[in-house]
Amino acid sequence: MADTAVTEPGSDLQLRQLAARHGLHVAGARPNLLAYTKQLWTYRHFITEYANAKVVVAFSTARLGQLWQILTPLANAGVYFLIFGVVLNTRHQVDNFIAYLCTGLFVFTFTSAVVQQGTSSIVANLGLIRALHFPRAVLPIAVMLTQFQNLVSSIIVLVGIVLITGEPITLQWLLLIPTLVLQSLFNAGLALAMARLGAKLTDLKQIIPFVMRTWMYGSGVLYSVQNFEAHLPGWANTIVTANPLLIYIELARHALMEDVPLASPVGQLWTLAVVWTVLIAVGGYIFFWRGEQEYGRG
Amino acid sequence: MDETEVTTRVAPAPYGKPTVIVDDVHIVYRIHGAGGAATSPVAGLRRMVTGSRAPTIREVYAVKGVSFVAHEGEAVGLIGSNGSGKSTLLRAIAGLLPPERGAVYTSGQPSLLGVNAALFNDLPGERNALLGCLAMGMGRAEARALVPGIIEYSGINERGDFASLPMRTYSSGMAARLRFAIASAKSHEVLLIDEALATGDAKFRKRSEERVKEMRDSAGTVFLVSHAIGSIRETCERTIWLESGVIRGDGPTDEIVREYEAFSKRR
Repeated sequence: MADTAVTEPGSDLQLRQLAARHGLHVAGARPNLLAYTKQLWTYRHFITEYANAKVVVAFSTARLGQLWQILTPLANAGVYFLIFGVVLNTRHQVDNFIAYLCTGLFVFTFTSAVVQQGTSSIVANLGLIRALHFPRAVLPIAVMLTQFQNLVSSIIVLVGIVLITGEPITLQWLLLIPTLVLQSLFNAGLALAMARLGAKLTDLKQIIPFVMRTWMYGSGVLYSVQNFEAHLPGWANTIVTANPLLIYIELARHALMEDVPLASPVGQLWTLAVVWTVLIAVGGYIFFWRGEQEYGRG
Repeated sequence: MDETEVTTRVAPAPYGKPTVIVDDVHIVYRIHGAGGAATSPVAGLRRMVTGSRAPTIREVYAVKGVSFVAHEGEAVGLIGSNGSGKSTLLRAIAGLLPPERGAVYTSGQPSLLGVNAALFNDLPGERNALLGCLAMGMGRAEARALVPGIIEYSGINERGDFASLPMRTYSSGMAARLRFAIASAKSHEVLLIDEALATGDAKFRKRSEERVKEMRDSAGTVFLVSHAIGSIRETCERTIWLESGVIRGDGPTDEIVREYEAFSKRR
């Protein structure tokens, strides 16, 4: 029998042949991209259940529970309106500043939260990763879905704010749906890329808050986008107008509000939005898949 | 070569085809944040300037050239003193720690059941059971159907309705029982158990030993790491003894355990 070779030197070849003869494969080998995607699809129920569980867990110790999903965006909008709308008074450039501010804020928060939690999605789940076998892309994608649920409650708040501040309901509102779908795919790609980087570079978690704050000021969340053209040199203005987050925010504002100042024409916004989405979603997925075997190491 | 002698020591006739082949595996792993050396900000800055490696990353050479073959219907115990590389070897078989050299071949996807298999502490036991099943790749309907059986088997409801309480309210024994119940809800071709049986009470230990036997009878292979020699004797007929990452003995449990106990006493 071939397994008599257990303690012999030079047994490598025989054991490998034995493995081949019985159709055994190398443990933990990375499947190819197509097989990986198929695997991920069979785990779709796990992804949604995991994302829902995260939403439940987030507020499980609070007395008001799920109500915080609505209260958190409301409180955020209140604070920023107090500082930027009342104290600093940047409101005069835009007719409906409250709606303008809240739209930008909620759309930005979606990406910002996904990036922050995506970065730690591998590190924070090492126990689960070392115990069970599943495509690791489940974790960052679930982060995106969890935040998507928070976004949906933010949007409910936002629609209330927009209506109260006197915007009419138009067919254009429907454009919000493709905008958020594109942003969700973009965010999923970003979460995947950040998850792999965060698993290797443990210092990244400390840097992310600063990166996100810089990104926020470059996305025209708190003030009118007209400021960019007025105050930035040409090259910097070009960079800012190509900023994917600014693009998604502008599209959301365009969908919900009448007569809103935009940094670029609408056609250009849609083209750039699609390009960014495809680039980051596909790129992030492939980047994450290439590191698949390393994630258990920690 | 003395083929007859080795054949009698390893895997006698009744076993089926091989399910796990470990071929000259070496495992080195790196630990971040292993304290001790200079971790001050100044030291960190100096490292950035000089480009030297952080002293907080240390390499551990845990497994040094291990080879063996395990078959269908076999239960293999892994024994050895603390830090001998048993758990590391299990992780490599599960495909979670890539070997530095050599290879591990497996049939199907081995699943590792450890005491630290973290589920959600803030979610109730039922929801954890459902998530656990989905994480093992089941469909939603199949998972839903299995949950009551898992709760029943784990026995966490024996002291009231604990299944609907968050897992953070469980005792460590209860949590371990639930984890074992979840992991064993699916039939695995290869199941790796890392000290999980040691945490439950005597009654649960007996029940889990039975479950391991069932799994073995359905042509699965079970690996059991434990310091409780009793449960190794109870469940495994073959034992591998690891010491400092090298195999010291591989054969019938009685024989190997006797050698191991003699070794432990001598030290």
